[in-house]
Amino acid sequence: MENIQFIIIIFFSPLIQGIIKKLKANFQGRVGSSIFQPYYDLMRLFKKEMVVSHVTSWIFRVAPYIVFVSTTMAAIMVPVITTKSTYSITGDIIVLIYVFAIGKFFMALAALDAGTAFGGEGSSREMMVSILVEPMIMLCIFTTAIAAGSTNLAVIAEQHNTILTPSHMLAFFAFMIAIVADTGRIPVDNPDTHLELTMIHEGMLLEYSGRYLALMEWAHYMKQMLLFTIVVDMFFPLGIAYNGGMSEIAVSFAAYGIKMIFLACVMSIVESTRAKLRVFELPSLLGGSFALAVLSLLTLIMIGR
Amino acid sequence: MTSMYIYYFGLLLFIAGAIIPLIYPQKMKRFAYIFPTVGACAFAAFGMYLLFDHPLDISAVSITPLLGFVFRGDAISGFFILLISILTFSVSVYSMGYTKNMANKGVMGVLFNTFILSMYAVILSGNVITFLISWETMSIISYLLVTFDREEESASAGLLYAIMTHVGTAFILTAFLLLYKYTGHMDFAGIKEATNDIPAGIKTIVFVFAVIGFGTKAGIVPLHTWLPRAHPAAPSNISSLMSGVMIKTGIYGILRIVVDILGVGPEWWGIAIIVIGAMSAVLGILYALTENDMKRFLAYSSIENIGIILLGIGASMVLASNGLHTLSAIAMTAGLYHTLNHTLFKGLLFLGAGSVVHATHSKNMEEMGGLIKLMPYTAFFFLIGSVSICALPLFNGFVSEWLTFQALLFDFKSASAVAKLIAPMSGAALAFTGAMAIACFVKVFGISFLGMPRSQHAENAKETSTSMLAGMGFLSLFCLLTGIFPGHTIKLFSSSVFLLTGADYSSSGMGILSMREISSSISPLSLFIVMISLFIAAVFLVRIFGGKRKITYGNSWDSGIPSLTSRMQYTATAFTNPIRVTFKKIYLSKRHTKVSYALKPYFAKAIEYRDDITPFFEKYIYQPVTDFIHSLAGKVKHLQSGDLHLYLGYILATLILLLIFWS
Repeated sequence: MENIQFIIIIFFSPLIQGIIKKLKANFQGRVGSSIFQPYYDLMRLFKKEMVVSHVTSWIFRVAPYIVFVSTTMAAIMVPVITTKSTYSITGDIIVLIYVFAIGKFFMALAALDAGTAFGGEGSSREMMVSILVEPMIMLCIFTTAIAAGSTNLAVIAEQHNTILTPSHMLAFFAFMIAIVADTGRIPVDNPDTHLELTMIHEGMLLEYSGRYLALMEWAHYMKQMLLFTIVVDMFFPLGIAYNGGMSEIAVSFAAYGIKMIFLACVMSIVESTRAKLRVFELPSLLGGSFALAVLSLLTLIMIGR
Repeated sequence: MTSMYIYYFGLLLFIAGAIIPLIYPQKMKRFAYIFPTVGACAFAAFGMYLLFDHPLDISAVSITPLLGFVFRGDAISGFFILLISILTFSVSVYSMGYTKNMANKGVMGVLFNTFILSMYAVILSGNVITFLISWETMSIISYLLVTFDREEESASAGLLYAIMTHVGTAFILTAFLLLYKYTGHMDFAGIKEATNDIPAGIKTIVFVFAVIGFGTKAGIVPLHTWLPRAHPAAPSNISSLMSGVMIKTGIYGILRIVVDILGVGPEWWGIAIIVIGAMSAVLGILYALTENDMKRFLAYSSIENIGIILLGIGASMVLASNGLHTLSAIAMTAGLYHTLNHTLFKGLLFLGAGSVVHATHSKNMEEMGGLIKLMPYTAFFFLIGSVSICALPLFNGFVSEWLTFQALLFDFKSASAVAKLIAPMSGAALAFTGAMAIACFVKVFGISFLGMPRSQHAENAKETSTSMLAGMGFLSLFCLLTGIFPGHTIKLFSSSVFLLTGADYSSSGMGILSMREISSSISPLSLFIVMISLFIAAVFLVRIFGGKRKITYGNSWDSGIPSLTSRMQYTATAFTNPIRVTFKKIYLSKRHTKVSYALKPYFAKAIEYRDDITPFFEKYIYQPVTDFIHSLAGKVKHLQSGDLHLYLGYILATLILLLIFWS
């Protein structure tokens, strides 16, 4: 059971996306599509014919698989409902960030492969955002890792006591902003448009169609749910099972579901109440949250909690 | 004894490689590279011997009691000998094809072999005199190699290099003289035994001078200015050696003098090294990003990697001065591992850049593009190098960066609050560097190898010769092997780590890297296996559930205009624009736009766009110093009027002054 918990991420991630979309639609006063719509989209895309530019090389064709596989690899390393896992040997959170980087690297390369300006634009902006986000994510991780005495995510989840300490609180807010940026949501990126002025992530996928697009989209949903899971493991691990017992896992699964839905709500509220920032205003937002991360580290040094 | 035979065998081969092309420049040109290929294998075996066995006195020739040549090897030298040998092997193989149509082949062969020999000599020097002579020889030969193509740009780069390296040597010399004055020894072993006699203040001066002196060679910020100009000016096989191993002799010097001879110092030494490392890493990669010259870009990236190496070494020093020797050993492992990795992937990338420059006759990325189809193998090897240097898992850069992160986290265990703050902040700097490296290499690979060819030369590019590919392939293989077998790799140089820190870090298992101290571990081998199986599974599952793949080939999305040309692609300059704007306070960038109109303001005929960055250190530190020296020289030159009578007058005045002040 504990070894196949990553299946949860693979199969439920489109649902999280569906829930966020539904909530956003409700905020905008629309009924919105069904929460299962992402599943239908993926199924449709897998069956569809692909149109591929003849400028592209093998990088373009391999990238969707690499992105999908690296995200799945990340899912295998994360404790989802139980911290006990035989894969824990690889469950290091710094490794996790670098496994995500594999996908980022190849997605950005694939965007340049077709030789269009849209791809280059998306790729270039994605790189800028990731440069601003990465140090912040690492500082938040350091704060929690130092407090737990390990960079292993399972150990961090087990060590964490239920009450948020001041340093964790600050790190949590910084990390949430990092997630918004990393999943390409408003105010950093707009996931719903293909307008060149706003797009980052969508710009990189513009040349993709059919099953390649499906793999890319699915990987994106998975990454989103994974980042939520990391937040839960780092800051709110309450309820997570420490072993493979059936009853613990059932409780843990329920707790996990509630936490995921809560985070989906937070995301849709943020998206619905904020406006998209101009690209060159992002450094001030992300710089601010970097300051939060530094503060959280300072708090840990000064008061030790 | 066997090891001595191996050593002399290797030595003979390099000497033969240096002499033969001089005598028969045309007929025997290949031997200039076949000999060092075999010689590198011999030296690799010799390095292994040093790593796994006792230190070895190779030879000692004494001329006067103070002046003598001593060559000596121990585990630290063994590690660096091994690095030089691995890269020499690949570069020699590569050079067989690369130098085929080169002018002055014979001279190249001589310099190539003597350059490698001088680096071996630096590493194996056992006393101050030998070290300085080898060091100087290495500097002079590399100067000749930088100016090898006799172009104006190379000449000025060479001049800068010669000046900088001699300033560095002056600092090293002073440090050595101080060591001699207070210990009375010229050989390193003697100095090391007598280090307790050195007062703390002098130790600090030696530390500072050694870091400045060797740091100049290693290319730390702000002493880096020569590096991005000299490395690209040399022929690419030499650039590969210079960035791959020559700058590592600076690291070797810091390790030898500071860590090995001076021993554990106060905590601020380590913190200073960490800060220098973080600064070099961040600024090196920031400047690398804006560079569109492929080789200069790689040179800047070397500065970044030297910074990462120093982060590991600095972390180790901080931990050592806190008495945490086991953790210090892990941090030192991180530093040495990255030294090894950087040799492998930067060597590989420079060879790849050399092939690309060879094929497209341009160093400018804006004139490349689409090379992945014309040079598929070169592109593949370059991609492996890029993935390794970006520290993506499964390749070697990742292992050493992970270790460096852990090393910096350990520093939180040290007593002082400064170390507690500096170390995680440097970790954040390392994360920033990592993200920047990804942006940089996406740009380099994406702009030069993907998309459509941007120039006629790029369109006509051809795959390079087999020997060049073989040289790159060998290094690529090493990048993968050291990436998935970290346990083995660490075992290889654990004796050097032991010598430097007095503690051992040997990890359990072959593909696993575990740390009991923080109950964390990584296993690149199982990552590798799992990811390969996932990849195969994903391909099959998509085939099964999605049915047969249906592809229509068409044009890229062109927004409805008739056809896309290669000039409409995103350029390297455009790619970096958001980052340049974000960090404009650091770049001090100036944007120049010039529009000429056919009919103002609606019909623009031509738009000229230029974005310059101000090289801060050159402009605000080096330029004033140069100006000052120039003005001083201008004032002094009046003394030299060329008038014989005046000179006789000087001599008379000197004599009188001497007579007055003699007693």
